[in-house]
Amino acid sequence: MRDIELKMIERAKALLESGEVARVVGWKKGEFYFDPMPAVFETVEELNDFVYNSFCGANLSKYLIKVSKNPGKTAIFLKPCDSFSLNQLFKEHRVIRENIYVIAIECQGKLSVEKMKKLGVSAITEVNENGEEIVVSSLYGETKFSRDEVLLGKCETCKSKVHQVKDEEIILREMQAGKKDRFEDVEKLEAMSEEERFTFWREQLSKCIRCNACRNVCPACSCMKCVFDNPASGIAAKANDDKFEEQLFHIIRAFHVAGRCTDCGECSRVCPQGIPLHLLNRKFIKDIDGLYGEYQAGETAEGKTPLTSYNEEDGEPSDVFKGEEK
Amino acid sequence: MLRIAKEKLNALYAKINESMGLFIPVKRAGEVNYEIWKEGKEVSLETLKTVKSPKNMFFPSTENMMKFKTEGKALEIVDVRDEKKPFVLFGVKACDYKAIEVLDKVFLADPVDTFYQARREATTIVTLACSRPEESCFCGVFGIDATSPLGDATSWLDESYLYVQANTEKGEALIALIKEFVEEGGDAEVKAQQEKTTEILKKLPFAQLDLSRFKPENLNELFEAPQWEELSEACLGCGTCTFVCPTCQCFDIRDFKTHDGVIRYRCWDSCMYSDFTLMAHGNSRTTQMQRFRQRFMHKLVYYPSQNDGLYSCVGCGRCVNKCPQNLNIVKVIKTLGGKKND
Repeated sequence: MRDIELKMIERAKALLESGEVARVVGWKKGEFYFDPMPAVFETVEELNDFVYNSFCGANLSKYLIKVSKNPGKTAIFLKPCDSFSLNQLFKEHRVIRENIYVIAIECQGKLSVEKMKKLGVSAITEVNENGEEIVVSSLYGETKFSRDEVLLGKCETCKSKVHQVKDEEIILREMQAGKKDRFEDVEKLEAMSEEERFTFWREQLSKCIRCNACRNVCPACSCMKCVFDNPASGIAAKANDDKFEEQLFHIIRAFHVAGRCTDCGECSRVCPQGIPLHLLNRKFIKDIDGLYGEYQAGETAEGKTPLTSYNEEDGEPSDVFKGEEK
Repeated sequence: MLRIAKEKLNALYAKINESMGLFIPVKRAGEVNYEIWKEGKEVSLETLKTVKSPKNMFFPSTENMMKFKTEGKALEIVDVRDEKKPFVLFGVKACDYKAIEVLDKVFLADPVDTFYQARREATTIVTLACSRPEESCFCGVFGIDATSPLGDATSWLDESYLYVQANTEKGEALIALIKEFVEEGGDAEVKAQQEKTTEILKKLPFAQLDLSRFKPENLNELFEAPQWEELSEACLGCGTCTFVCPTCQCFDIRDFKTHDGVIRYRCWDSCMYSDFTLMAHGNSRTTQMQRFRQRFMHKLVYYPSQNDGLYSCVGCGRCVNKCPQNLNIVKVIKTLGGKKND
């Protein structure tokens, strides 16, 4: 990873120095190796803190809605999955293509500290990557993981290693898509009885603390003001209630982003309570594929979308119920 | 010192539950949070940090405050406070216990919050010493000793036993209730565990954070610090840090219309939200930077200036672990706290 990081810094420096771009969106060093944070770099000096490693899981594309409104061009480093989100933002006219310079970067799957902790490691002081082997040092000793064991949930089912939009690329090694089929877990839910499925979601959603991290990180949730935050909407809500509110909130949100969700997986990555929110979105993606033909949001920045266009071959609403009966 | 064999703990919970409620860390769908104990729930005392702190016990995330009933032109106000049944809050870590002191100073100061007070008085708190602190912990910076928290009773856990010691009358009463499960012993084991943990605590990466600049007299200078822009740059404006925080205490009061009246309830609020402290003219903090700054100024400057220098951060590290984009109070302290951080 270090070689890619160096090339990225080199390019960012050149772009800023030449004045081709006014700023670069990337990641900067945190307190540890495993907690980089999204950052905007406007000067060459600021690049001293630039970092790119296996913990840069955050999808940076949504920051462009705000950042790219400033004068001058904005360069951004995007992993393949993030590029779907940016394309979708182009499509929805939330970000203007001409204002953005996209540098496509290599990604071998990002890692989860949370998973390492669930596997018993704590007081982590250092993480070293030797290719597929991840060596974690802590105050209680050293632990070795294989990359697959501690991959971020969203990377296990990585849908594509092909960037959907780019102006240049920094890719040194071949990249592999996820080993796990992304609809496997949806199918497990579909196979459940109604009651089992209801219990599953009740258990999961009852943990929700209504922090809105899923909504705020979601590139498809780009409303200027969410109805739930708007006292004038009449349905503003921030009460955390496990009986009713949370189920509706998450289901409504999934409906709202249906057909536009690129399945970037950020909702589940950021959830402090580990709720597999992406499964709601994936169910919609799977149903849309079945009813209106295969479609991947973010593949193109133009063209018709299944839920905003009509074909005679389109499934009828009643097909949904037939599907349930099978 | 008294001890209870670990395999007897479930029977002990059941015994407590006969006469009192029990609020204890429980694993549900993969995460551990405090919940009301019931037979069959999976208790996890071994978990260092519950996702949410135990502040829910006294300050629930949502609670009804009163009802208004209307009939024609008549309006009746219904008191919805019920008599609070006694509860045992079990397994509170030193940081979270200190956080209750922080909350007390807010809710029990004049005018007293009677909802909070009723629960607080009806609760016996059993703390649990830490034996495996992690990299995000920094309670020591706030003078907290993770190896010997107070409370009505203190407990320590090892592979075989839970050791307990009463500190107050409420604690004595609880131990009398569970006397069939306890036996003498454990002084040496507890002492050995404390020594071992103390060594780890000294080595934690954030053990030496410098807070010396966070003083009331530096308020204006800190408020105007240019670094807030950069510190808050990646903030999503979600409420994760505030809702997992054991000391965040802000709430919103709203009305919910029912068919024959109104229920007035309160729920946790977050200074990270755009509608926080919304007034007729709008929000007094118009940018995310200002909202972000509010949270840390409150913890490190405003609260201490009103409470004899007591900070309203206890170093639990939950925000360090849970911020989706890895922003946190440690970065704020390192940037603005004092020379020793450089």
